[in-house]
Amino acid sequence: MSLTRQDVEKIAHLARLSITEQEMPVYVTSLSSIVNFVDELSRVPTGAVEPMAHPLDGQQQRLRADVVSETDQREKYQSNAPAVQAGLYVVPRVIE
Amino acid sequence: MLHTLSIGELGLALVRKEISSVELVRHFLARIERLNPALNALITVTPERALAAAAEADRRRAAGEKGPLLGIPLIHKDIFCTDGVRTSCGSRMLDNFIAPYDATVVTRLEAAGAVMLGKANMDEFAMGSSNETSYYGPVKNPWDPRKVPGGSSGGSAAATAARLAPFATGTDTGGSIRQPAALTGITGIKPTYGRVSRYGMIAFASSLDQAGVFARTAADAAPVLQAMSGFDPRDSTSIDTPVPDYAATLDAPLKGLKIGLLREFFDGLEARNAALIRDAIEVYRGLGAETVEVSLPHLPLSVPTYYVVAPAECSSNLSRFDGVRFGYRCENPKDLTDLYERSRGEGFGPEVKRRIMTGTYVLSAGYFDAYYLKAQKVRRLITDEFRAAFTQVDLLIGPTTPTPAFDIGAKLEDPVTMYLNDIYTIGANLAGLPGMSLPCGFLDGLPMGLQLIGPHFSEAKLLNAAHRYQLETGWHARSPAGYET
Repeated sequence: MSLTRQDVEKIAHLARLSITEQEMPVYVTSLSSIVNFVDELSRVPTGAVEPMAHPLDGQQQRLRADVVSETDQREKYQSNAPAVQAGLYVVPRVIE
Repeated sequence: MLHTLSIGELGLALVRKEISSVELVRHFLARIERLNPALNALITVTPERALAAAAEADRRRAAGEKGPLLGIPLIHKDIFCTDGVRTSCGSRMLDNFIAPYDATVVTRLEAAGAVMLGKANMDEFAMGSSNETSYYGPVKNPWDPRKVPGGSSGGSAAATAARLAPFATGTDTGGSIRQPAALTGITGIKPTYGRVSRYGMIAFASSLDQAGVFARTAADAAPVLQAMSGFDPRDSTSIDTPVPDYAATLDAPLKGLKIGLLREFFDGLEARNAALIRDAIEVYRGLGAETVEVSLPHLPLSVPTYYVVAPAECSSNLSRFDGVRFGYRCENPKDLTDLYERSRGEGFGPEVKRRIMTGTYVLSAGYFDAYYLKAQKVRRLITDEFRAAFTQVDLLIGPTTPTPAFDIGAKLEDPVTMYLNDIYTIGANLAGLPGMSLPCGFLDGLPMGLQLIGPHFSEAKLLNAAHRYQLETGWHARSPAGYET
């Protein structure tokens, strides 16, 4: 199966990735070859096999007690932010 | 010649006060300064922090503390968060990211007294098998600068092989410890999924990622894995089961050990590579091990299975990089969508974008069942075959890689060819099994690796089997030319 430029544009939009004109043909080709490669799986009979999401079967996700475990470190965390103002993260205007 | 000593020998020299940790750290920092520019194995060097930590280790020792890693230098893969130190994950996206906390692996090794010298280069977000996808440029293989060191933990492997530190940390999602260990002639161990905490380890594919160790020998790797392992409530998939004393069983005899020869690993294996593995099998037979041929018919499907599961998890994990709270932000975004799309488009490199898009595709409406669910089913078939094999044998043996280190640039244009490099290592990740690579000979002057895979939580047996092999052979003691002195 081959992916078209339109397919890749749609995938890039779903993934919120800008792809340049220069990059586009490379991705059309390489994503097509990856999809062809993983298509091999379609030939495997899997019938009633249960999908496996965790490598150690039977492991339950643990729950922790509902108590405060983290302290407020907003200033430290925000020191990595591209733009902050008055303790808030700044982004372009969302509502006109 | 402090860099030629084992961790055990260095520890003894520290105990006998023949050297201090500060002297040891100065020695390795000087080697990094002299040798790293040609190798590009480190992204960040932290000399002041290292010297302060070494002085602290010396104080702790003077106060009566003991421990095999107290005062021993190491290099962390730049995927582990280090409080106050840039943690780039090999990406432009995190080029300016100063981690606000320590990964559990970092905390534990610091508690054991190990001293961080710096952060190792790596494939961007651990996606790659050659260390060529790093934003900071490729790492050179110390055995031949025209060759890749393997990946994604290529910087950790090259640094350990070049004796820039006695050991280094790495992560292995599809072979990223074992493959570079093989291609640089050192020892690498990826433990069982859940054995080492993933807290503070930047996520690529959360059901596969596992931290591990690069060292020159299994005997050196044992105390490091010991310090790293154990339950961590901050990682929801961390396993709460006791960690055995790895050093205690290192020397155990191998008489009666049942080793499985994986038919699928030998089918189509290049003759000279197969000969090296057969030589290693003979060493094990000489030590009293028995060998049995076993077959895992679905194992050849592990690469396509992985290249659905791993990109799917990656596309989800990397959605957190949005240009808002941390990391790279594009210039002059015209609206919020433009900010997301260009920050991600410009901040991620080509391979990371390729994997995010592969993952987005296999998870998208109309394709989810055909690709993602299908891959999860095949993953179970592969895992069940491993489990069945381990009812007959104690360990599986085979090659780590199909070939020795390849030329820089040789496989960059064709992702599928690059992905097939991990054909022998991916199975263990899908099944969550521990695996190890150890030097077993040379092809065309380049080191090759022997791979051992064990059942869940068999790290002690793997280290024991690797150590006994290394007592009989000298491959692990070879040093790349130019890095002995």
